[in-house]
Amino acid sequence: MADSQTQDARFAEYAHPDRLVSTEWLATQLEAGNPDGIVVLESDEDVLLYDTGHIPGALKLDWHQDLNDPLMRDYVGGEQFARVMSERGVGRDTTVVLYGDKSNWWAAYALWVMSLFGHENARLLDGGRAKWIAEGRELTKDVPSPAPAEYPVVDRDDAPIRAFKDDVLNHLGGPLVDVRSPGEFSGELLHMPDYPQEGAMRGGHIPGAKSVPWARAANEDGTFKSRADLEAIYLQEQGLDPAAPTVAYCRIGERSSHTWFVLTHLLGFQNVRNYDGSWTEWGNAVRVPVER
Amino acid sequence: MTAVETADLPEALAEIARDFAELPVPERLQLLLEFSEELPELPERYAAAPERMEQVHECQSPLFLVVEVDEDSAPEPGGRRVSLYFSAPPEAPTTRGFAGILHEGLNRLTVDEILAVPEDAPYRFSLADAVSPLRLRGMVGMLSRIKRQTALKSRV
Repeated sequence: MADSQTQDARFAEYAHPDRLVSTEWLATQLEAGNPDGIVVLESDEDVLLYDTGHIPGALKLDWHQDLNDPLMRDYVGGEQFARVMSERGVGRDTTVVLYGDKSNWWAAYALWVMSLFGHENARLLDGGRAKWIAEGRELTKDVPSPAPAEYPVVDRDDAPIRAFKDDVLNHLGGPLVDVRSPGEFSGELLHMPDYPQEGAMRGGHIPGAKSVPWARAANEDGTFKSRADLEAIYLQEQGLDPAAPTVAYCRIGERSSHTWFVLTHLLGFQNVRNYDGSWTEWGNAVRVPVER
Repeated sequence: MTAVETADLPEALAEIARDFAELPVPERLQLLLEFSEELPELPERYAAAPERMEQVHECQSPLFLVVEVDEDSAPEPGGRRVSLYFSAPPEAPTTRGFAGILHEGLNRLTVDEILAVPEDAPYRFSLADAVSPLRLRGMVGMLSRIKRQTALKSRV
């Protein structure tokens, strides 16, 4: 495995430094012929972006087509997940590096879904697609055809890192992090700016939630802020406790995956669950408490 | 193969709908990508003055559009030719692809032809499986704005 080499000095301060890789490190690995057999997966909001050019050797992992159940609002089951991984040449122990657009929202979401299936060796490319391109690194339109890998059918284990509506109702009074924009938190906006199709019947937030828009965890270039800066926001300013069970939510669970990643893997919180039903469920549900 | 209703679409749009329907799902994405690449550049008068265009808020990425009705093209307003202009960033290829379909299918049609395009035309391109129905609503928003601007700008 590639563990020792992913320890970029900048990452050493984080709780789980091996969950991040830098663009420099990835470029070096690829130039060296990818000796450790890393699989690079691109996960974007825009379903065509991968096809316009991607990191050489990278394959597409689409949140809608590959990770969501086509009928029920839920994630795919163990068999479909195994097929999606196998087709991309990912085995159970393969090191997967995820990256994408929008400061890695969907890459973090994909990493979180992989974590539901217990795939431990998944990392984010710090800064994502935008940083790779800003640095003038190589892109290609060539789509690789990897040999299928053996991937076991494993049951999804939601309980440790995924919260459902009833879990959140039972959690009321405990720490909640609302990562949406300030207008969505206050209830002025029923949807995210520019995303009116994902609206809700009621505006506001879950009672007791703290407003920490996801982007506060990111630098201008999409990389994560330093541990000290993150602690200043989540610990000192918001008073969150790394030992206390915490729930993060947004609108459909993708921006809160980004915050879940920050709290869990960068700050070492012990029990963070992502409420993927988020405001599109809570803001449309009958008789759940709403605060404005 | 997907059976797709095209009888009430303008011919150019119907042809695009048939082209998509004939392709397997992954190749539909490639065709959409081609449409995104073929979207014409904005003429200088809009590139230099983006505030003259209207933003389509239903799109998940910034998209602006404007229509022009050519008053010299016919005496009756309903027969006048309509030109369409779109602006979307290269990092939003799906949105650009939707714009490219509408440009190829509707540009230089008459006012009456544009106003007669059914509201659900965006669902006739067999793209729901490939890009998700949620994303398709952006194209619905574009079409409704094209029709509204055409109606407003063709009034005598």
